[in-house]
Amino acid sequence: MKKIVSPYGYREGFRDGVPIGLGYFSVSFGFGIMAVTSGLFPLEALIISITNLTSAGQVAGVEVLQGVLAAGGVGAATLIEMVLAQLVINMRYALMGVSLTQRLDDNMTTGKRLFFSTFITDENFAVSSSKPHPVGPRYFAGLITAPYLGWGLGTLFGAVAGDVLPLSVTNALGLALYAMFIAIILPPMQQEKGVLPCVLLAAGLSCLMTFVPVFSFLSGGFVIIISAVAAAVVLSIVHPVAEKEVQA
Amino acid sequence: MRGHVLLYTLVMAAVTYLIRMLPFTLFRKKITSPFFRSFFYYVPYAVLAAMTFPAVFSSTGSFYSALAGVVVAAVLALCKKSLTVVALSACAVAFAVEVIQFGFVM
Repeated sequence: MKKIVSPYGYREGFRDGVPIGLGYFSVSFGFGIMAVTSGLFPLEALIISITNLTSAGQVAGVEVLQGVLAAGGVGAATLIEMVLAQLVINMRYALMGVSLTQRLDDNMTTGKRLFFSTFITDENFAVSSSKPHPVGPRYFAGLITAPYLGWGLGTLFGAVAGDVLPLSVTNALGLALYAMFIAIILPPMQQEKGVLPCVLLAAGLSCLMTFVPVFSFLSGGFVIIISAVAAAVVLSIVHPVAEKEVQA
Repeated sequence: MRGHVLLYTLVMAAVTYLIRMLPFTLFRKKITSPFFRSFFYYVPYAVLAAMTFPAVFSSTGSFYSALAGVVVAAVLALCKKSLTVVALSACAVAFAVEVIQFGFVM
């Protein structure tokens, strides 16, 4: 059988990655500010970003860490909370990983998969899986360059400039991540009927558990996990999606 | 870097890496269960919604600046603007509202 080799090289990948990198810079700038105002040092924020490369997971992680810093030490409950929060929030990468394996060329060896899997994000996945031909290691290397640099540098600048910028500016930049989340949620609502009720249910449960005193024993991380899993389970039963939409 | 912050960072990074690495490296077939396909499809939107609400309304200096930012983000997102444009525009509007409300605060 003929060996499948991707027609895309490093340069093609790099070009595709530049807009993602610019977007990541502005969003991770907001993350850097948020991390520092939550009590982390700029270096700690940078290390979180360059080892995790995931917006929603990092925000939840910092929320857990904020509780750890307030409590003043390591605890089994907060460690479990961290693991569960990352599992639930980042589980989508597992599906993206499975989906991407169907689109790889034969140069993508096991060793290279071990390396490149680190860089599976919503945007990197969306761009690489929308190429008409199979993709390989050179294309991936190009694609991830700008997003990785943008994510790291944005975090560092946000964390450091968070001390220097006027309060009016840092207050406003605190909105950047949430605005990006809204931008990810809204467009699919128009294509897939189940997304709107799912989003409303998850947001409603999250508000309920945040504001109703009965639930005050739940920390922010668990409120997100419970709300999200409950909403996704309900909608998967009530309104299962067709294969085509899952692949998109 | 404080020891306990490093510990939690490594736990967070290890879990995230395993989620990405295991399926990408090991999986060769497609998921067939309609329930799990749907569940994986809905989870990101559910997570983002639960993280955004109600937290977004305390993410800025005032409820009104956050609300204005959310409205602008929603309108631009529905117009299919890029993530960067949506994020920066929402911030700009929140900034304007806070300057009107409180003046420019250093």
